Formats: sequence, C-alpha cells, structure tokens
Amino acid sequence: MLRFVLRRCALVLPSLLGLLVVTFLLIHAVPSDPAVAMAGDAATPEQIAHLRQQYGLDRPMWEQFGLYLGKVASFDFGESAFSHRPVALDIVQRLPATLELTFASLLLSVLIGVPLGVVAALKHNSWPDYALRIFSVLGVAVAAFWFAIMLQFLFSMTLGWLPLRGDLSATMSRPPVVTGFLLLDSLIAGRWDAFGDAVRHLFLPAVTLALGGLATIVRFTRSGVLDTLQHDFVLYERAVGYSRSRLVWIYVLRNSLTATVTQIGLLFGGLIAGGVVVEAIFDWPGIGSYTVQAILTGDRQVMLAVTLLVGAVYAMVNILVDVVHGLLDPRLMGRA
Amino acid sequence: MRPIFARLARDVPAMLGLGIVVFVLLLAVLGPWIAPYPGDASASHLLRRLKPPSLDYPFGTDNLGRDIFSRVILGARGALQIALAVVVASMLIGVPLGLLAGYRSGWLSETIMRITDVVLAIPQLVLALALAQLLSPSLESAMLALSLTYWPFFTRIVYAETRRLSGSLFVDALRGVGAGTSRIVFLHILPNALSPVIVRATIGLGFTILVAAVLGFLGMGATPPAPDWGLAIAESRTYLPKAWWYAAFPGVAILITVMGFNLLGDGLRDLVDPRIRRSR
Repeated sequence: MLRFVLRRCALVLPSLLGLLVVTFLLIHAVPSDPAVAMAGDAATPEQIAHLRQQYGLDRPMWEQFGLYLGKVASFDFGESAFSHRPVALDIVQRLPATLELTFASLLLSVLIGVPLGVVAALKHNSWPDYALRIFSVLGVAVAAFWFAIMLQFLFSMTLGWLPLRGDLSATMSRPPVVTGFLLLDSLIAGRWDAFGDAVRHLFLPAVTLALGGLATIVRFTRSGVLDTLQHDFVLYERAVGYSRSRLVWIYVLRNSLTATVTQIGLLFGGLIAGGVVVEAIFDWPGIGSYTVQAILTGDRQVMLAVTLLVGAVYAMVNILVDVVHGLLDPRLMGRA
Repeated sequence: MRPIFARLARDVPAMLGLGIVVFVLLLAVLGPWIAPYPGDASASHLLRRLKPPSLDYPFGTDNLGRDIFSRVILGARGALQIALAVVVASMLIGVPLGLLAGYRSGWLSETIMRITDVVLAIPQLVLALALAQLLSPSLESAMLALSLTYWPFFTRIVYAETRRLSGSLFVDALRGVGAGTSRIVFLHILPNALSPVIVRATIGLGFTILVAAVLGFLGMGATPPAPDWGLAIAESRTYLPKAWWYAAFPGVAILITVMGFNLLGDGLRDLVDPRIRRSR
C-alpha cells in the first residue's frame, strides 16, 4: 500500500517540476518588462532599476530560476501589488472559503447525482432516462457565470429568498476564527444564527458550481450501473431472492462506482477552476475572487502563486484518485 | 462514407446537434442580412433604452437602446471565428507534435509528452486567463492564450493513435517495401488517426466558445461595442433586476450553440468508437 502511494507520488514529481518551469517562463517569456509593469506608469528609471535589482531580474535566467525555486520551496510568493500583503498569507486566509464552497458543491453533486444516475440506469430508454440525458447535456453546455447571474436574478433580486453575495450578512457578527472555515467556526462558537446565515449564503454559489459536476456524475453512474447489471452475480443474487432495492443500492452500486470516483477526482480540480468566475460573481471571499481581482489589476505575483497552487492541487487529487481506485479494486495495486 | 451518414442520421440527438451547428453557421455567415437592425452592432439609440421584449424588439433593447435580438445574431460570427481560429491553431500545433512524439522515440518524444502533461495539469481556464493578462488583454491575446492551452489535447490523442498504428502490421509492411518516414507518417498514419481528432475538434469548438465567453465576460476578450455574448452578459449585470432580458438572451445563445457542438461531437464519437456507446 505504502509502496503504491509513494510510486504514485514519484510519478507526479516531473509534472510539478514542469509546472514550476511553465510558471517561471510565464513571467519571463512575455514581451513586456516585469519591472516596468510592477513599478507602474509614474515610475522613474531609477525606481525601475531598483525593482529589477530587488527581484533579481538583472541576473541570468538560470540563476533567476534557482532563486525562484528557493522562494517557492519556502512558500515565499512575494507581495501582492494590490493588497501589499504577502501573497502566501492572503492565500492561506482565503483557502478555507474556497474549500468550503468546493466541498459543498461536490457534496451536492454526488448526493443528487449518484441516485439520479442509478434511476436513469434502471429506467433506461424510458422518459426519466431521456429527461436526465437532456439535463446532463444542458448542464455541461451552460456558461456557469451566466447561470450564476440568472440564479441571483431569480432567487435574490426577484424572490428575495437568498442573499445576493458574500459569505455572511453585514449585520451578522463574525464568529471568532479558529479553523478559518466559517461553517465550522460558527459551530465551534455555538452560533447557530451565524451558521444558518452562512449556509444561506453558500447555497447559490454551491448550486451553480455543482451543476456541471452533477451532469457528469449522473452520466458516469448511469453507465457504470448499466455495465454492472450485466454481470452474472446480479442474476444469481436476484435468483437467490435478494430484495431489488438492496441489490441495486448496495451490491450493484458499489461495483459501479470506479468510473464515478475518477470523475469526482477530476471534478475537484474542475471545481476549483470553475470557482474562479463563480466566486467573483457572488463576491465569495476565496481564492477565485482573489484570482479574478489579480487578473483584472495585472497582479503577477498573485497570478503565479494561484496557477502553482491549482496545478499542485490537481496533481495531489490525481494521486488521491489512484489510491481510492486501489482501495476499491485491490488488483490495481499489484499492477502499478 | 454512406453508411456513416446513414448511422448518424438515425441518432436523433446528434442530428439535433448538427441542425443547431448548421443554424449557427448560417447566422454567422448571413448575420448582417438576417438581423433586423444590423446597424446596432455599433450604433446607439438612447431614446429606446432598456425596452422589454416586444414585436419590434423580440429580445428587448440594451442600455444603449440597441436591439438585443440583432446583437445576439451578429455575435454568432465572432464566437465562431474565435472558436475556429483557436481549434485550428491548436490542431496545427498539437497534431504534428503528436505525430512526432508518437512515431519517434527518444528524448525529443519524451520532452514533448512531458510538456503536454504539464500543460494539461493546469486547468485551462486559469492558465488561459494568466496568459491573456500577461500578453496584455485583447481579442488576439485571448485567442493566442486559448490556443496555447488547448493544443495538448490534440497531441495526446494523436500520440496514442500514432503509437498504436506504428506498431501495426501495415506500417511494418510499408517499411518493408521501402516507404520513407514522411510518406508513412503523413499518407498512412495521419489519415488513420484523423477521426478521433475530428471528434475532439467538434467538442473543442463548443468548449472554446464557453471559455472565450468567460474571457469576454471578464473583459479579457472582445472590446465594446462588439456584439460579443460574454461581454453583453457582463454589461447587463448593472441593469439587473430591471432588465432581465439583457442578461438572459446572450446566455441562451451560448447555451444552445455549445449544446449543438457537444451533441454533434458525442454522436460522432459513437460512430468512431463504438466501444463507448453513450446511448446504452
């Protein structure tokens, strides 16, 4: 088991190194001079030269790359040109909000998507199946930012059922920060009012993000269940007289989830990327809105750090998916 | 060719997709002649600002009094132009690299595939946004950024196909009769590897329209007064909840167009690769 995990990790290392090279090239291969960009329009040549020296931009490329590696290894991503705070600190403070949103939408899409997928498989080639197929095509084709705006229009602006933006009402006092996760912190402080308010704020962004994932999960669960239903053991268990629901929801489902697990892993990365725009629309105080702000203001340090972070998360999720596969199907561990 | 079309014609969702794609193509080509107010691509009529949908203006008017119906039609051209340019550019980069890496083995092939892995390991949207910003935001930068992040998908497909084909008997036979490398690769391997590339390109067109809309929405793509769908949704946010039609219709246009390409792509994939049958 440990060997298997370690080998998976080793396979990811070249990708991570490549990620570092790509992000490094991103700053250095572009035509505009980073020092000029950082200094702003009103800078004097001396200021620019000073910045260039300060960031080591006057040294040879390979030396700069070494410098860059050292900084990344010590989690030094420089200072945000916008907030004038260390980027690493900003990210650490904003990460919990993003993770909260990501997990909420993942939970939504799995809790709704898996049962729907099973239903589609059981009723396959009848109207519930057709309806779900149309739905999954729509779910992938819809522009998340537009869907978010439409939800805001309907549920916040017109019906007034849910808050428009942010993660907590302005009138609600924040629970003391313990974990950084707002929902957990409100529970720890025993603040049920804040918890309820936070859930209401979480709802629309989570639904928006869950939509694309939901469609994918329905699709893969459906084809997985259809595959499993062909196996002999299903026929046997049916003959032995297991009740239909026990058979489907326990035995068939467990054997059908391999493809779905891969998709959940891929979705996690996709959700973090998709969250970028959704967070910006709902003013969600996470990494996504931070990224959009950085992009709109041209804050390079932040953009680099976020690209690195997301790439690293992708790589880690891939390892995790492989490990879960190994647990679901132990034969894979020997092979890899 | 005939049986392929016959089989595609029986696939109702794929035919629906084909219908949508042809329809959007027609709009893109004939837009200025179909749109009731073709001048509204750039004109403004402040007297009829933010009018709700009516017979004269089926989708209502926007903040500058322009007919949204016309602008949605006129936007089809831009969306397809971006998508086509990006997908063709990605194919021009990705396919040769995939052939090269797949047919030859050695450090060059390894390097190409490692770079492909790295680019695929970063979510396309994040990388494209970062690139577009670094190249200074404009429509050209957006297209360049999208192409630079999409080519690895083609490389990976062509690589796998080339690997498979170059070990096959007919390639061995070709080598045996003395065919040159470029002849084998371009005349024999490439045509055989083309069908998955076409499937990927079809789905890629829909996907690129979606990502390009995000770039437009964030102000990193088309610039006003271009009738861009993403840009229109961004502009419409200020006028909600009063003018819901301003935000709604450009989004529906994106939804239908992307859906068309996806349905068609799914149908083509079923034809090319009967192993993954979607409608089972």
